Amino acid sequence: MNGVSMEAGLLLAAILFILGLFGVLIRRNIIFMLISVEIMLNAAGLAFIVAGMRWAQPDGQIMFIFILTMAAAEVSVGLALILQLYHQLKTLDSDAASRMRG
Amino acid sequence: MENLIWLIPALPLLGATLLILFGLKMPRALVPVIGAGSVGGSALLTILLGLQFLSDGVAMYDQQVWQWFNVAGFNPSIGFHMDALTMVFIFVITFVGFLIHLYSAEFMAEDADYSRFFASMNLFVCAMLVLVMADNLVLLYLGWEGVGLCSFLLIGFWYREPANGYAARKAFIITRVGDTAMAIGLFLLFQYFGTLNIQEILTQAPQTWSVGSQTAVLVALLLVGGAVGKSAQLPLQTWLPDAMAGPSPVSALIHAATMVTAGVYLISRTYVLFELAPTAQMVVAFIGAATLLIAGFTALTQNDLKRVLAYSTISQIGYMFLALGVGAWSAAVFHFMIHAFFKALLFLGAGAVIMALHHEHDMFKMGGLRHKMPIVFWTFLIGSASLAAVPLISAGFYSKDQILWLGLAGERGSIILYIAALLGAFVTSIYTFRMVFITFFGEEKTYISHMPGFWIKLPLVVLAILSVFGGFIELPHNFAHFTLFTNYLEPVLPVIVIDEGLSTIEWIFQIVAALVALSGIYIAYLFYLKKPHLVQSIERSRFAMSLHRFWYSGWGFDALYDALFVRPFVYLSKVNRNDGIDFFYTGLANFTRWLNSVFSRTQTGMLRTYMMGVLVGAILIVTISMLL
Amino acid sequence: MELTFYIAAAVAILSTVMVITRYNMIHALLYLVVSFLAIAVVFFTLGAPFMAALEIIIYAGAIVVLIIFVIMMLNLNAESVKTEEEWLKPRIWIGPAILSAVLLAELVYIFTAAEFQQTAVVAVDARLVGIALFGPYMLGVQLCGMLLMAGIVGAYHLGRQNKKVIHRFLEKEAAQ
Repeated sequence: MNGVSMEAGLLLAAILFILGLFGVLIRRNIIFMLISVEIMLNAAGLAFIVAGMRWAQPDGQIMFIFILTMAAAEVSVGLALILQLYHQLKTLDSDAASRMRG
Repeated sequence: MENLIWLIPALPLLGATLLILFGLKMPRALVPVIGAGSVGGSALLTILLGLQFLSDGVAMYDQQVWQWFNVAGFNPSIGFHMDALTMVFIFVITFVGFLIHLYSAEFMAEDADYSRFFASMNLFVCAMLVLVMADNLVLLYLGWEGVGLCSFLLIGFWYREPANGYAARKAFIITRVGDTAMAIGLFLLFQYFGTLNIQEILTQAPQTWSVGSQTAVLVALLLVGGAVGKSAQLPLQTWLPDAMAGPSPVSALIHAATMVTAGVYLISRTYVLFELAPTAQMVVAFIGAATLLIAGFTALTQNDLKRVLAYSTISQIGYMFLALGVGAWSAAVFHFMIHAFFKALLFLGAGAVIMALHHEHDMFKMGGLRHKMPIVFWTFLIGSASLAAVPLISAGFYSKDQILWLGLAGERGSIILYIAALLGAFVTSIYTFRMVFITFFGEEKTYISHMPGFWIKLPLVVLAILSVFGGFIELPHNFAHFTLFTNYLEPVLPVIVIDEGLSTIEWIFQIVAALVALSGIYIAYLFYLKKPHLVQSIERSRFAMSLHRFWYSGWGFDALYDALFVRPFVYLSKVNRNDGIDFFYTGLANFTRWLNSVFSRTQTGMLRTYMMGVLVGAILIVTISMLL
Repeated sequence: MELTFYIAAAVAILSTVMVITRYNMIHALLYLVVSFLAIAVVFFTLGAPFMAALEIIIYAGAIVVLIIFVIMMLNLNAESVKTEEEWLKPRIWIGPAILSAVLLAELVYIFTAAEFQQTAVVAVDARLVGIALFGPYMLGVQLCGMLLMAGIVGAYHLGRQNKKVIHRFLEKEAAQ
C-alpha cells in the first residue's frame, strides 16, 4: 500500500478550509454561513486525520471525534438560534441582525 | 474615693454623649440640667477628692483604667495621674467650667442649637480634663487634640455666618502648626526613653541627658512649639482674637480659663525637661515677655470689648510663660488660677453687657451702664481690678506681683524681663480701665434690651468673690509670709531660688508695681473720662495715627502671615488649579475615550465584517510567522 | 489508492465550491452531502475507516438532515432564491475572494516548503481508536458528553417558541 503524501492531504484540508471561509464571507443567508462553518470544521478534522496518518497513531482520529461532537452540538444550538432569529426578524439576512452596532 | 478619679472626665463625656444622641428629642429644660449637671458632678467630685487629697497627705493618686493599645512594646494606657498640680487644674476646669455652664443655661436659652452647644461644651470639658489628668503623653495628646476640635466646633458655633467659620478654621489650622511640633517632640521622647509615661520620663530624663544637652533643648523647644500654639503666644497668637466669634461663654471657658492654659500646663508638667534645657527655658521667658507687651499694646487700641479681653488673655498668658521661663513654676500656676477666675468673670460680664445691648460689641457705642446694670458693673469692676493688679485688695495683684518679683529676683530672672513685665503691667492697667470707663461710665448710648437674670448673676458674683479672695492664699515673703499655694505645689514643682541680696529690698519693687498699676488707672481716667479731647488731639497727629493702625491690627501679624503663607498658598493652588499631575491622567482618560470612539466604529453589528477581520488577522499572523 | 485519494479530493473541492455558490439551499445541501461523502473516501484512503463511517453517519446523515428539517420549517420559496441571487453580486465577493486566495497561497507555500517524510499508510481501525479513546482520553470523552448535554439543553431552550415578548408584569398594562 503506497501512501498518500501528507502534503497532498494538508493541501486538501487547506483548500476546503479556505472555501468554507470564503463561503462565510460572501453569503448573507445565515444558513449558508452555518453550512460554511461546517465545511471549515470538517477541513480542520481532515487535517487532524492526515496528521494521525503520518505517525499511524489513533490520536488524530480521536481529535476528529471531538471535533465531530463539537460540530454536532454547535449545529443544534446554531439552528435553534437561526429559528429564533427568523421568528424575531422574519428574515434570514445576517446583516439584519445588527443591533450590536457600537 | 480615689477609685472614682475616672468619673471626673467620664461625667462630662456621658453628658456630651447623652446630648449628642438624644439632645433633639429631650425637653428643652432638661438640656442645661444634663449639660451643667454633669460638669457640676465633676466639680463636686473634684472638691471631695481634693479634700481627701489634702487630708491624706499622699503625693499623688494613680489610676489605670485600661490599656489603650499595645504595639511593638509601645503600650500607652488610659490612666489618670493626680497630684497637686493636676488638682489645681482640675479644680479650675470643673469649678469655673460649672459656673460658665450655669451662665450658659440662661445666656444661650434662646438659641436654636441649645443641645449642640451644651454637648460641645461638655465634650470640651472632658477633653480638657483628659489633657490634665493623663498619666502619659499620648493620652495627653488625645485631650490636646480633643480640646482643639471642640474649640473649632464652638468658635464656629454660629456657623451660618461665614466669618465665624473662617475664624474657626483659622484657630484650628494655626494651633495645628504647634501640635505638629509637639507631636515630633513626643516622637523624639519615645525614641529616647521608649515610653511616654510622664512620670517615667521625668525620672529618667536627668539620668539620660546632661544639663544643656542638645537633644533636651530640641525636645523642650518642640514642646514649647505645641504650648505656644495652644496658648496663643508669639508667633502663633493670631487665632485667639478671631476666636471671639464664638458665644461669650465659649470665650470665657476656652479662651480664658482653660484651653489656652494648656501650654502652661504642658510646660509645668514637663518642667524637668526645661530645667535640663536652659536655652529652651530662656526662649519661653522671652516669648512670654514679647507676647505680653505686643498683646498689651494691641489691646490698648481695640474697640471691640471682647477683642480687648482676648488680647489681655494673650498678654496674661505671656506673664505665665515669663514665670515658667524664669523657673517660677508655682507662680505661673498661681497666676493661671487667679487669671481663670477674673478672666472668666470679665468675659461673662462682657457677655452680659453684649447681650443686654443687642449683641453690640463696640465699646464706643456703650456707656453709662453703671446704674442700669449694677451687679454686672461691680463684678466687672472687681475683675478689672484684678486684671490691672490693683494693690492689696485684688487677687491679681498678688499673683502678678509675684511674677514681677521673681522675674527679677529669681535665679534666671533678668532686668530686661522685669522691665518688660513692668511696662506690661502699666499698659494692662491702662487698657483695662479704658475698657471699664468707656463701657460703664459716661453717657448712655444704647437702649438695654435684656436684663441679666439670676443664672447670669450668680456665676458673676461667685467669680468676683474668688477674684478678690483667691489671692490671699499666697502672700509675698515680706508680707505675713503666707505661702499656702507654693507649699501645696511643692511636692510637684520645685520652689524657686531667690537672689538673697534683692529680697531685703523687695518692698521697693512692690511699691513700684503698685504705683505703676495705679498710675495706669489714673491715665485711663484722665484720657477717657476726664478729658476725652486729649485722646482726640493725640489721635490727630500722623505718627499716633499710624501707630494706632499698627497696634490695632495686632502688630501686623495677620498681614504678615497672610503675605508669607496664605497668599503664596492660594496663589499656588490657583496656579495648580488644573493640577499638573492630574493632567497626565486626564490625558490618559481622554486618549482611552478617543480610542473607544474610534474602535466602536468597527463594531458594525455585521457578522461578515467581523469575519473579514478574522481573515485579515489570520493573514497577518501567518505572514509574520512566515517572515520570522 | 493514491489515485482514489486525488479523485475524491477533486470531487470534494468541486462539490464544496458548488455548495457555497448555489442560490437554492436544498441544492447546496445536496452538494454538501456529496462533499462529505468524498471526504469520507479521503479518510478511507488515509487509513481511518472508522472515521469514514462516522463522517457519513454524522455529517452526511445527522447534521445535513437537521439542516434540511430547519429549512423545511422556514417555508422557503422561489422568492428566497431570488434574494440569494441579488445578495451574491461579484462586487460583494471579489474582495473576500482575493483575501482568501492570499491566505490559501500562504498556506500552500508553507505546506510545500516543508519537507514531509513519505510513509506508508497503516490503517488504524476502530479497535485502536476505542482503546485510546477510553484510555488516556477518558476526560475528553466526559467533557464531550457534557458539551452535548449543554448543546441539547441550549437548543431546547433557544428553540422554544416564546410568544411572550412582554414581561408578565407589563402584560396588564399592554392589554389596557
